[in-house]
Amino acid sequence: MNTNTQTLPVQAKPAPASLLSGMQISGWLRKVVYWELGIPLALLSIGIYHGLMQVIYRAGVLHQQAFLKLDYYQGLTLHGVINAIVLTTFFAVAFGHATITFYLRREPNKTLTWLSFWLMTMGTLMAAWAMLAGKASVLYTFYPPLKGHPLFYLGTALLIVGSWIPLFDWARLYREWKRENPETKTPLAVVGTLVNFIIWFVCTLAVAYEVLVLILPWAMGFRPTVNVTLARTLFWFFGHALVYFWLLPAYVMYYNFLPKLAGGKLYSDMAGRIAAFLFLLYSVPVGVHHQFSDPSITKGVKLFQSILTFAVMIPSFITAFTIAASLEYAGRKRGAKGLLGFFTRLPYLDPDRYLFAYLICGLFLFIFGGLTGIVNASSELNNTIHNSAWIPGHFHMTVAGPVFLGIIGMSLYLYSKISGKQLYMPKLAVVLPYVWVVGILIFSTGLSWGGLIGEPRRTNLGMTYLNPTHELFTPEWVPTTMLGLMGGIIMFIAGMLFLVVFFGTMLKKRSEKGQLDFPVSEVLHDEKRIPLFDTFKPWLVTMAVILVVAYIPAFLDATRNPGPGAPRFTPDNPVPVQAAPAATSSAAGNETIVSYRKK
Amino acid sequence: MQFDRFEKRVLLMTGALLAVFIFSMLYARSKYNDLPECLPFDKAYTEPKVTKLDDKTYQVFAVASMWQFQPAQVYIPVGSDVDFYLSSKDVVHGFFISEKNVNMMAVYGNINKQTVKFDKPGVYKITCHEYCGVGHQNMQAEVIVNDPAAR
Repeated sequence: MNTNTQTLPVQAKPAPASLLSGMQISGWLRKVVYWELGIPLALLSIGIYHGLMQVIYRAGVLHQQAFLKLDYYQGLTLHGVINAIVLTTFFAVAFGHATITFYLRREPNKTLTWLSFWLMTMGTLMAAWAMLAGKASVLYTFYPPLKGHPLFYLGTALLIVGSWIPLFDWARLYREWKRENPETKTPLAVVGTLVNFIIWFVCTLAVAYEVLVLILPWAMGFRPTVNVTLARTLFWFFGHALVYFWLLPAYVMYYNFLPKLAGGKLYSDMAGRIAAFLFLLYSVPVGVHHQFSDPSITKGVKLFQSILTFAVMIPSFITAFTIAASLEYAGRKRGAKGLLGFFTRLPYLDPDRYLFAYLICGLFLFIFGGLTGIVNASSELNNTIHNSAWIPGHFHMTVAGPVFLGIIGMSLYLYSKISGKQLYMPKLAVVLPYVWVVGILIFSTGLSWGGLIGEPRRTNLGMTYLNPTHELFTPEWVPTTMLGLMGGIIMFIAGMLFLVVFFGTMLKKRSEKGQLDFPVSEVLHDEKRIPLFDTFKPWLVTMAVILVVAYIPAFLDATRNPGPGAPRFTPDNPVPVQAAPAATSSAAGNETIVSYRKK
Repeated sequence: MQFDRFEKRVLLMTGALLAVFIFSMLYARSKYNDLPECLPFDKAYTEPKVTKLDDKTYQVFAVASMWQFQPAQVYIPVGSDVDFYLSSKDVVHGFFISEKNVNMMAVYGNINKQTVKFDKPGVYKITCHEYCGVGHQNMQAEVIVNDPAAR
């Protein structure tokens, strides 16, 4: 279909965003969206298999290094990279194409869209090969001087660069639209999507620099050493903004679709704009809160970024209030009485509005994700929980809460709408997210509790600490890892059932004419346009200023305080990889490996 | 721009809550001041050893490597203040004494430092809590406070 330009009526004055109806999109765009939703969900089966395997090892059910020839840490790397980088990035791009096309009534450029798709896919395949071949068991944070295969780094860089392209294309469409509609408020979903990809572009510049300038030449042997603290600081410049890149698509859904699905209206449109721009300011200059326990970074920098991290609470509290108020309005419209009666009048199990179930479950988990996150934000409390099991306990209630549920719910919704197919097993689809919530709550209770009594994250506990025959056996962690195991099994079942529903839907026959459509919410208080909240420039300038103030001292610390750089190490050998092959010192190293493997 | 009265209220509440959090953090900071310290790199700290400065003050130069801590056991009397200086011989390691809130990263070419008082006798485990290769799960050391056998 290439009739796209003809099917779009030229409007003198555009209809308000809330009155937009479903639209036909070109065949190629449909195809890109299908692939960008389908590829990561297919890979997700590997990702969640390794999620299950980890809780099994950690609970001490397995006392071994590897299962079915897949090593624990290899599986952990696959779990992190597939679930947290590949799935989230592909989805954000596909969902971005859908929101921009739908709200601006303009399709992106075909060549650029395919280019972006192929770069991301090639990158993913390269990194997946390195991980599956066991040549990059360095976890998704790939801290040097642990060295993975160069294709792992190159693949990740290609995935990221591929995801940059749409931003510039969408920005062109936005400017075009703005020229035609200078006095109309930019649709909130468009603001959210653009803010999200600006954050992504800015933060990934740092990780691109880390990978391409510091790590790749070092991993390939052209540079002898790497400054580890600088690499970590660059990584976390990216790493925390990354979580907002995961989260903002879910926020776009909460503001623009959830009120409609609940049968009500969005309480305030302005609140959403303010939240989006505050995320633009505060998402990036907070990364040092992952480095509170690091050496060589001054206490002042840590304190400053800790306070900035608290500032990110503000847009989340604005959102919590606005969405709760929207749900209350919906509940009351449906006849709810009393202060909290509206909670009982929402369409929790309506198969026709299954997306509501995914979004409300995500919101519920986010309450706990947010509360545990406030603990992590504090540079003082960090000493208690840093790198303990508390941390995955926290972030599974965010990234595996609103983020994951938003992604899978919306993937199903978009696919079914655009393809014109009915869901496969619709009743199962609407129950799934609740099963997931039960699983996560048990799982995260176990991990958070374990973290508070010293259980480390990222550790094959089954071999030593949870192995009753080993001298390091720690019985205190039996109940905590058992809860992790129970919750993990429930999550695994729910996740697999989702894949059945999604790919089952793909195999069904088309039952109606497919179109791109969203459950667009009307606005209860539709404030008039305020130019400051309908332009990006002043916000981008402020963002740059805060970034410079927060991060220049951190980068200076990371360059000045450390001593010599580190050579390359592979995960299985305490002796560094020699630039030129030298057999002299490797004998001692190999002995150590053998003795540890035997244990 | 006119504010909805509920929105105004919720913004005030958010501000108040934020103030409480930041105040608590600053209060804890002035009371304990136990964040890892920033020291420029000095090779002197990278040789593992325990030094007794006086009856109640010890210095531990802890060195993490794949997959052990040196020294593997530290014996000190109850009530001692211990300065831990931490470095790594190879990849990134963790240094976590959960009961005492000692929580540091060991990074090649960097020196980390935390001070802690051991005011109860017992065996305190030091656990490596950062993935450091295939032997990561073997990496634990001990601080032994008031060992009866050592008297």
